[in-house]
Amino acid sequence: MFKSAFYLYYDGFRSMVVGRTLWKIILIKLFIMFAVLKVFFFPNFLATNFDTDAERVDHVLSNLTQPLADKK
Amino acid sequence: MIEQVDLTMVNWARATFALTAMYHWIFVPLTLGLSFICAFFESIYVKTGNEQWKKLTRFWMTLFGINFAIGVATGIILEFEFGTNWSNYSWMVGDIFGVPLAIEGIAAFFLEATFFAVMFFGWNRVSKRAHLFSTWMVAVGSNLSAVWILVANGWMQYPIGMKFNPDLARFEMVDFLAIATSPVAISHFVHVTSAAFLYASLFVVAVSSWYLLRKRHLQFAKRSLTVACTFGLLASLFVAFTGDEHAYHAANVQPMKLAAMEGLYDGEAPAGLVAAGLLNFSKKPGDEEDPFIFEVKIPMVLSLLANRDINSFVPGINDLVYGNTAENIMGVEEKMVRGKLAVAGLGDYKTAKKSGDQLAAGKALTLFEQNSDYLGYGYLDYAEQAVPYVPLIFYSFRVMVGLGTFFILLFMVYLYLLYKDQLEKQALLLKIGVSSFLLGLVAHEAGWIVTEVGRQPWAIQDLLPVTVARSNLDAGTVEVTFFMFLILFTALLIAELKIMAKQISIGPEGD
Repeated sequence: MFKSAFYLYYDGFRSMVVGRTLWKIILIKLFIMFAVLKVFFFPNFLATNFDTDAERVDHVLSNLTQPLADKK
Repeated sequence: MIEQVDLTMVNWARATFALTAMYHWIFVPLTLGLSFICAFFESIYVKTGNEQWKKLTRFWMTLFGINFAIGVATGIILEFEFGTNWSNYSWMVGDIFGVPLAIEGIAAFFLEATFFAVMFFGWNRVSKRAHLFSTWMVAVGSNLSAVWILVANGWMQYPIGMKFNPDLARFEMVDFLAIATSPVAISHFVHVTSAAFLYASLFVVAVSSWYLLRKRHLQFAKRSLTVACTFGLLASLFVAFTGDEHAYHAANVQPMKLAAMEGLYDGEAPAGLVAAGLLNFSKKPGDEEDPFIFEVKIPMVLSLLANRDINSFVPGINDLVYGNTAENIMGVEEKMVRGKLAVAGLGDYKTAKKSGDQLAAGKALTLFEQNSDYLGYGYLDYAEQAVPYVPLIFYSFRVMVGLGTFFILLFMVYLYLLYKDQLEKQALLLKIGVSSFLLGLVAHEAGWIVTEVGRQPWAIQDLLPVTVARSNLDAGTVEVTFFMFLILFTALLIAELKIMAKQISIGPEGD
């Protein structure tokens, strides 16, 4: 069963015509997304700026409550 | 509060999200609809055994594959943006969105991915019926993916089944079923998916019309059109029906959105529906100016659509902003007072917890919980901030409805001319058919503008404005990513269009 499943994919990919161009585009796109955009332009703000969940909670709560405190 | 926030950052973050979502939505509805159309074609092939239907199925399946491949993972960028630009929001909704999105990932994605290979590579390896089953499973799986995203979106429009945890600053799920079966989420899902079926049908109409204009693949094009126009007509009628249901829910849970859709400033009983109108752009809530330069109104229809009662009162923007005691409508100003109490209670709770004062913490928590339904209003500075940008919503709504009506007529005319075997002689109509796909895209994007701009200023309806949902970032950082995406998306779109156009140009013979 595993062998036939393997050959389903293997032969399928080998016989593709348009599919090869598509796969190139997909791979380039995924590379740009995960190796460039995610790493250099889209760091997770809370994950990179705070070490613990307690600090993250404190930051978010400050954002939720600070504006009013500023006005007092 | 809002003037203390860097609005430039919020607006660039909103623009980036809108750009990404609109780009993503070029591909998604085509995947949702074309998967079913391929399943219909293949069902006819299996039923009749006619090899022409097999050739036809394989051609449309190739176009489906191209669209799927280019569109795949464009939604992941939205997730990146949540973590970077909307970190407060992401933190707060993590518990709510985690479950639906995990279900999507595990159930729908694997269902889709497993049968996808059989659908594309298994023509000569599995039986006809097993292949057909795979094609149907891809269609079902694709559409199941949409369920959970739209449940999440529906929750943002109508947040139910949750409780805010002030210790973790999170909305926590208390009733999964309430969230999953929210009437807003369900009406949202059926409206969006049926609109996707309509959009995919227009794609088939556009390509097939082009073949007829070029006098190529005539029989192939007519067969494709017969199925696509029938599916498209049924889908477009269903879109109208579900759109009505969608507006009914908006009237109940997002009355400001409905008022903006209609340019209705002063509530009426009975209220008429504006069939067409020219808005007065200088009109502001609370002033004496006329909202319209001219308008054509259908009496009582808005009352019927909003409340299922032709004599009922439909609140306008002024009623919602300033309140209307006669109709028992609390105004935004009063909600702001309660919202500020909620924010104050939350702040005092945080301070008391830190200092270990349990008594003060208990009192602060009670104050917060008594007013937490109005939390978001606590961040507004003046009541008019609760009003979205009316002209964009008003005109987007009319573009969507106008095009939706046009598509019903288009499918009917196509089917009639197909029946009379006269379609290929109608060059002008075929040219309209070719352009109809682009019009379908415009209608889709206009619909999303109504849904998303219509709920501004809220990231989560009534609870969290976008100005508080954001991350503490500089506007410049977000601005750079906006233009980077604009270039990237344009390049990818050109690549897809070139591949798609090449395959269409080759036609079914090239399979």
